[in-house]
Amino acid sequence: MRLVVVGNGMAGSRLVSEVRARDPQMRITVFGAETCRPYNRVLLSNVLAGSSRPEQVRLLDPSWYDAHNVRAVFGSAVAHIDRETRHVVTADGRREPYDLLVLATGSDAVVPPIPGVGRAVPFRTLDDCERIIRAAGSARRAVVIGGGLLGIEAARGLAGRGLPVTLLHLAGHLMERQLDVEAGEVLGETLSGLGVEIRTGVSASGVEEDGVRLGDGELVEADLVVLACGVRPVTGLAADAGLEVRRGVVVDDELRTDDPSVFAIGECAEHDGVVYGLVAPAWEQAAVAADVITGGKGLYRGSRLVTRLKAKSVELAAMGETQLGEEQAEVVRFSHRARGTYRKLVIRDGRLVGVILLGESDAVGTLTQLFDRGGPVPGDRAGLLFPGLSSAPVADSPTLMPDAARVCQCNNVTKGQIRACWEAGARDVAAVALATRATTGCGTCRDAVEGIVGWLCEQEGVSV
Amino acid sequence: MPGSDVATKTHCPYCALQCGMEIGPGLAIGPRTDIPANASGALCQKGWTAGELLTNGRRLTTPLLHGEAVDWDVALDHVADRLAAIRAEHGPDAVAVFGGGGLTNEKAYSLGKFARVALGTSQIDYNGRFCMSSAAAASIRAFGMDRGMPFPITDLDEADVVLIAGGNVAETMPPFVRHLDGPRLIVIDPRRTQTAKLAWLHLQPTPGTDLALALGLLHLAIADDLVDEEYVAARTTGFDEVRTSLSSWWPERVERVTGVPVHQMRQAVRALAAVGKAYILTGRGAEQHAKGTDTVTAFINLALALGLPGRHGSGYGCVTGQGNGQGGREHGQKADQLPGYRKIDDPAAREHLAGIWGIPAEDIPGPGRSAYELLDALGTPDGPRALLLFGSNPIVSAPAADHVAARIGALDLLVTCDFVMSETAAMADVVLPVTQWAEESGTMTNLEGRVLLRRRAVTPPEGVRSDLDVIAGLAGRLGHTFETDPAAVFDELRRASQGGPADYSGITYERIANETGVFWPCPAPGHPGTPRPFLDRFAHPDGRARFTPVQHRPAAEEPDADYPVYLSTGRVLAHYQSGAQTRRIAPLVEAAPEPFVELHPDLAEQLDIAAGDVVRVSSRRGEGRAVARISDAIRRDTVFMPFHWEGANRLTNPALDPTSRMPEFKVCAVRVERDS
Repeated sequence: MRLVVVGNGMAGSRLVSEVRARDPQMRITVFGAETCRPYNRVLLSNVLAGSSRPEQVRLLDPSWYDAHNVRAVFGSAVAHIDRETRHVVTADGRREPYDLLVLATGSDAVVPPIPGVGRAVPFRTLDDCERIIRAAGSARRAVVIGGGLLGIEAARGLAGRGLPVTLLHLAGHLMERQLDVEAGEVLGETLSGLGVEIRTGVSASGVEEDGVRLGDGELVEADLVVLACGVRPVTGLAADAGLEVRRGVVVDDELRTDDPSVFAIGECAEHDGVVYGLVAPAWEQAAVAADVITGGKGLYRGSRLVTRLKAKSVELAAMGETQLGEEQAEVVRFSHRARGTYRKLVIRDGRLVGVILLGESDAVGTLTQLFDRGGPVPGDRAGLLFPGLSSAPVADSPTLMPDAARVCQCNNVTKGQIRACWEAGARDVAAVALATRATTGCGTCRDAVEGIVGWLCEQEGVSV
Repeated sequence: MPGSDVATKTHCPYCALQCGMEIGPGLAIGPRTDIPANASGALCQKGWTAGELLTNGRRLTTPLLHGEAVDWDVALDHVADRLAAIRAEHGPDAVAVFGGGGLTNEKAYSLGKFARVALGTSQIDYNGRFCMSSAAAASIRAFGMDRGMPFPITDLDEADVVLIAGGNVAETMPPFVRHLDGPRLIVIDPRRTQTAKLAWLHLQPTPGTDLALALGLLHLAIADDLVDEEYVAARTTGFDEVRTSLSSWWPERVERVTGVPVHQMRQAVRALAAVGKAYILTGRGAEQHAKGTDTVTAFINLALALGLPGRHGSGYGCVTGQGNGQGGREHGQKADQLPGYRKIDDPAAREHLAGIWGIPAEDIPGPGRSAYELLDALGTPDGPRALLLFGSNPIVSAPAADHVAARIGALDLLVTCDFVMSETAAMADVVLPVTQWAEESGTMTNLEGRVLLRRRAVTPPEGVRSDLDVIAGLAGRLGHTFETDPAAVFDELRRASQGGPADYSGITYERIANETGVFWPCPAPGHPGTPRPFLDRFAHPDGRARFTPVQHRPAAEEPDADYPVYLSTGRVLAHYQSGAQTRRIAPLVEAAPEPFVELHPDLAEQLDIAAGDVVRVSSRRGEGRAVARISDAIRRDTVFMPFHWEGANRLTNPALDPTSRMPEFKVCAVRVERDS
């Protein structure tokens, strides 16, 4: 069996590792357009912000390919698929036969057709990232066009490098696909506090020497302009080969295109009408495709989307259908804008279908898992939003504690036993310890025992 | 029962802390102050009440053959005849031996020698496989040697930060907590345990995700520039590959897998890295998984990246559980091992032992089955048909216990040595009543790697013999002469361990008594012992510690529609292991009378379960009943059951770690219902 993989990004490289983990024998050839080894795109924002080094985003060491008997061809773009003879053909004329072919061609940054856009740098690849960092070193002001996830991460990262940044966004609030209006506004306020000027509801009409010209003629000054205007699936190769392409390359639940020997995964694939732009779905697809390719059973049923902003001092998690209102679903909401806190749960049929958590929250892990698993939402909604709220510690003051309360765990001594011991004449911790062994294990109940003895002594004083 | 007139200095019969203890006239128990583990005079309730083990009326004092009292010669003759017959008909591997981590070093050594020399079987393993094997495998992989905590416990007193991954020392070994009084404590546990309640920071991951959490912590350490590059360059190898492998474990992904918020992970890593004196410890919570070895490796990788191991004042250690869990894994009752922590497939090791044992090296069998695989094979066409069981109660303590009971039931011959009628002894063809703890002498190696001396304090009851006597009695009937005096066995063990990683050759009973314990390796009589073995070099030939890249994967069994809840298992303070001892002590039974299921109020509400209800918990392997305890100390998706009673381990999953062969005790999928 000869497997050829076109694309060595997050989806393609993952697929190769997954297939190799399942089948040590299969002949695997992977083509990558970028000349370097694969890297984790998710971490590019950290690189831009300076919180990850470029070498930390590499997904595989160069030696991995030899060690795992995978042929990797870098810097050689596949230009053509010959489905009749089952070959891929590279731009330099090389023909590679396949039995199974996986397309993992990813997506390209959308570059808006405005004058001077060539002066701007898209934020998409590791090379882009390094270009932006170099430019930021000498720039005085930056503009980021696009207030989605990547744009915000880029703007925050540049601001963190000490650069004044303006973020331009066409929609009325930031991350409008993931957030409701209020959350978008609170996020904007948080970012403003971190040195990112937010301009929503504005369009860029051109990129000029001195900055970005807005639709209304205003010039927003900048000597570094970063584009984060979304991505577009790379589907040309598939379309030229006659495979069904809508927004992405259309695949079924086995990730097969309409040619059963050709698969597509990741950002170039369209499953059940959805093209995913996040890494988690791409990796879920890679695992299923690897199962199918190696002769196992696997079905992909779509992914639940969890968006987690990676920007220093901005904690944001958004998942599912966050925009639903009271008329469509049960909504639990807490807002405290002065602190940059906004929390929203959207519940339908007793299941969690949407979440926004803005501002640091211990609830994020629990809620993400509850959303992922689709399990029933507990009756205590407030407890979900505010972990710890419902579990106020039981009063351990000596007066309020019932006699049956266990004071010393290690030696199973109750308050009642300590009281009895006191009544029998013990007046300090040492005497209580001698009689009951309380405090002689881990020793952490010493203060509590002292408190009880002290309180009993006080009581005695009062009653005398 | 007669006690001696003066107090005898010895150690507690239970956990690996091996608290120093005095047994005085009238079996009065008190703490010693010369043993560092509990030098402040601490004991837990188990320790204080240990004297009742000696006076317990339900003590076995007569050999039983098919339930009938017989004298020793009849019993031993019968066993020896049957063993010889089974071996003659089916070959030496038809006879198996199963040991325990509570046995003294002398017994562990003798048992391993008995299996290899007198029985000629490769089929020997022990319950420590269920306990320490993952930590042991990971430590050997990283450091070239496994000495649980490679530093004295008192070093922890001076620490600034201690992270405990999957350990509940406040319940399992309470006096340990006194060494955590100073440091900031970080606890990783799916439950807010007594230990987690003491913590400065508690990370509460999904069961089975500790490995992902450790990867996330190391990812953050690298991202935040907290790696001790100088140490990594000077003292380790393999970091680059680990660094690359971590790029697919960014914190937000780890958060989604574990449920631990990113900001808590960051808080933990920064605390560990910000100070000079930090320790990372692992317990069974991280280790008892089908990926336990890799999980421990991930925590060791974190410790290495932060530059902790092999320095005075910081380090990595595992918190050994059973009383002789350390020594028990060193002297040859493990399927793949020879005394001195040698490997059984190492020709030099075989030559050395052949010399000590007076047999040709080629007569020493090769590696046998691991504990669960051994139990799983009992009574099958290719498996053992006879089993000799020492110091273990697998009917309660092995995973998939119903299956294990069926396998044990299929044996032609089961012989148990015990001092109480445990659940497994109750199934035996022959039960041999043996001495315990204060009735015999021997050495124990505690969780620090400190070799300690347990002294005989009382005369054993009429009719019982020590395990060493039983082993020698059987060996003699099979034509071999074995020592029965603990000191003589220890002398042989010293020679057998000489030159091995766990070298005891310089240790004597006298030295232990005079020095309140000696740390191994101690290769010569004049050698002071080695409290901190890695200060200058690690035990790999190049002296460096090894990073090994590891990847997280899901639990062997994840919840689904039929079994929607995670089960985790563990201990309670009042009981020890399978409870065979502690369930017979009245104050301990009063403190913890019955098995329970701990569940979160939200889960209880969904399942219509109230506190005190009897609950049926079922898995693909069996079911158990227990009383509901409702507590928000546990995650909503998880229930907890203690494993000291029959029940919990009927449910657990025998999926094995590929390296350590550790079963996945700590996570499986169950259904929970109110029992109507």
